[in-house]
Amino acid sequence: MSWLVEHAGEIAARTLEHLWLCGTAFAIALAIALPLGLFAARRGRVGLPLIAALDAIYTIPSLALFALLIPLMGLGFWTAVTALVAYAQIILVRNVVAAVQSVPPWMIDAAQGLGMTPLQVFLRVELPIGAPVAIAGARVAAISIIAIASVAAWIDAGGLGTMIFAGIERQDIRLIAAGTLGIAALALIADGALRAAEHALRAPISPA
Amino acid sequence: MASIRFEGVRVVYPGAARAAVDGVTLAIPSGCFAVLLGPSGCGKTTLLRTVNRLQPIDGGRIEIDGRDTAGLDPIVLRRRIGYVIQAVGLFPHLTVAQNVAVVPNLLGWDSQRVSERVDALLAQVSLDAQAFRDRYPSQLSGGQQQRVGIARALAAEPSMLLMDEPFGAVDAIVRASLQQETLALQRRTGATILFVTHDVDEALSLADMLVVMRDGHIEQTGTPAEILTHPATPFVAELVDADDALRRLSVITLGALAANAAYTTSSALEPGTIPTLDAGVSLRAALGAMLETGASRVCVMHEGREAAVLDLDTLRNAVRR
Repeated sequence: MSWLVEHAGEIAARTLEHLWLCGTAFAIALAIALPLGLFAARRGRVGLPLIAALDAIYTIPSLALFALLIPLMGLGFWTAVTALVAYAQIILVRNVVAAVQSVPPWMIDAAQGLGMTPLQVFLRVELPIGAPVAIAGARVAAISIIAIASVAAWIDAGGLGTMIFAGIERQDIRLIAAGTLGIAALALIADGALRAAEHALRAPISPA
Repeated sequence: MASIRFEGVRVVYPGAARAAVDGVTLAIPSGCFAVLLGPSGCGKTTLLRTVNRLQPIDGGRIEIDGRDTAGLDPIVLRRRIGYVIQAVGLFPHLTVAQNVAVVPNLLGWDSQRVSERVDALLAQVSLDAQAFRDRYPSQLSGGQQQRVGIARALAAEPSMLLMDEPFGAVDAIVRASLQQETLALQRRTGATILFVTHDVDEALSLADMLVVMRDGHIEQTGTPAEILTHPATPFVAELVDADDALRRLSVITLGALAANAAYTTSSALEPGTIPTLDAGVSLRAALGAMLETGASRVCVMHEGREAAVLDLDTLRNAVRR
């Protein structure tokens, strides 16, 4: 217990670092994946090779991907963000495509037939119908980013991974446990928040 | 008021060997209930969708009230034309009231006016506004969903309605009542309706003007009675089952026969002993009345006055080919 009090400052600082790293990566990943996914969904022929390429990135082990980026970008925060963004892409893009495809053609037809502009069709029909599917993907992506970010400590990007690596080095199980539990807690909180958002959006479609 | 005129309209889907709609010319007068009838793949739905420009045309022109639709903004055009599609087409994430209010909201009506309009429309399609306003489509039966779909199409008081097999997904009893309500609605509003179906009975019972299509072209246009009694081609005869005498009886009214009847009155013969029917009643119903009562004649009333007495032979001659 006294160990926890003693290390509270470090744990808090590392948690904030982890959150900042993952939050940045998640935001950038979303900003790329949304337009990419919409594009892939609407142009099936371009979409398939794009998804195959992203799939290929996902098969690279996380440690190896960080290592591959070092000669290009050096050590540090932005290298880690780049790797995390790359990992999240396949999950996010795939789900944006699935989200777009979850809106049946007749629904688009009805919306257009009633006189909605393309923007109105997107905002009033495709977005509310597809959003729960897209958010389900965002949950998986967020959890993956939070977990993989622990490896980022290895390239000096900070975060809770730093405590795990330090714990391994000093053979201090308490450091390892604190880092691991912190990551798990972050993942659970992110998952819960996104699940709540998903539920809120789904609720009206299938009322209890 | 809204008349539609197709002139040499052609639609070719990319990569298709033949045109989906191949030079269709057709004039539908204002206030007409026109039904496009044909087997699947005959181009009837494609033709319907050219009217509100959901389907671009590759040739010809389409006029609404004499104005070429190519020169109109498709968004504005669609908001003025009611559209009811197959598979209902309600938005699952919106309540009944929100679904009905889609077009009024797009048109920027104030919320008070929208709300009043929604209640009035739900009443028009026989749904209790209080009970249904806030429900979601998934909580409604198929028939109720289709009623909401019709209310939505009528929301902005369109003078024209496009209906694409709207009753395909509901059972026969609900379908019959929806058909009757649609007819009543059309008589009440005077809207022009273009209705697509592959159901011959539905087409015969709804149409003022029946348009039989095949392979992208019009095979025959006429009233149901004309098409049943004088099918232009063997295809039409087979499609509408024109050989079925009972079916022919069902589309000819007593009034149509009474006009040419050999003798016009004979109330002295057997007053009150023969069935008395209105001129709008079908020959099939008249035959039924005769069979039921054992009478061999019926008395036809037109505007409250005895117009003719018709006997079984007259009926027989009317359907004999």
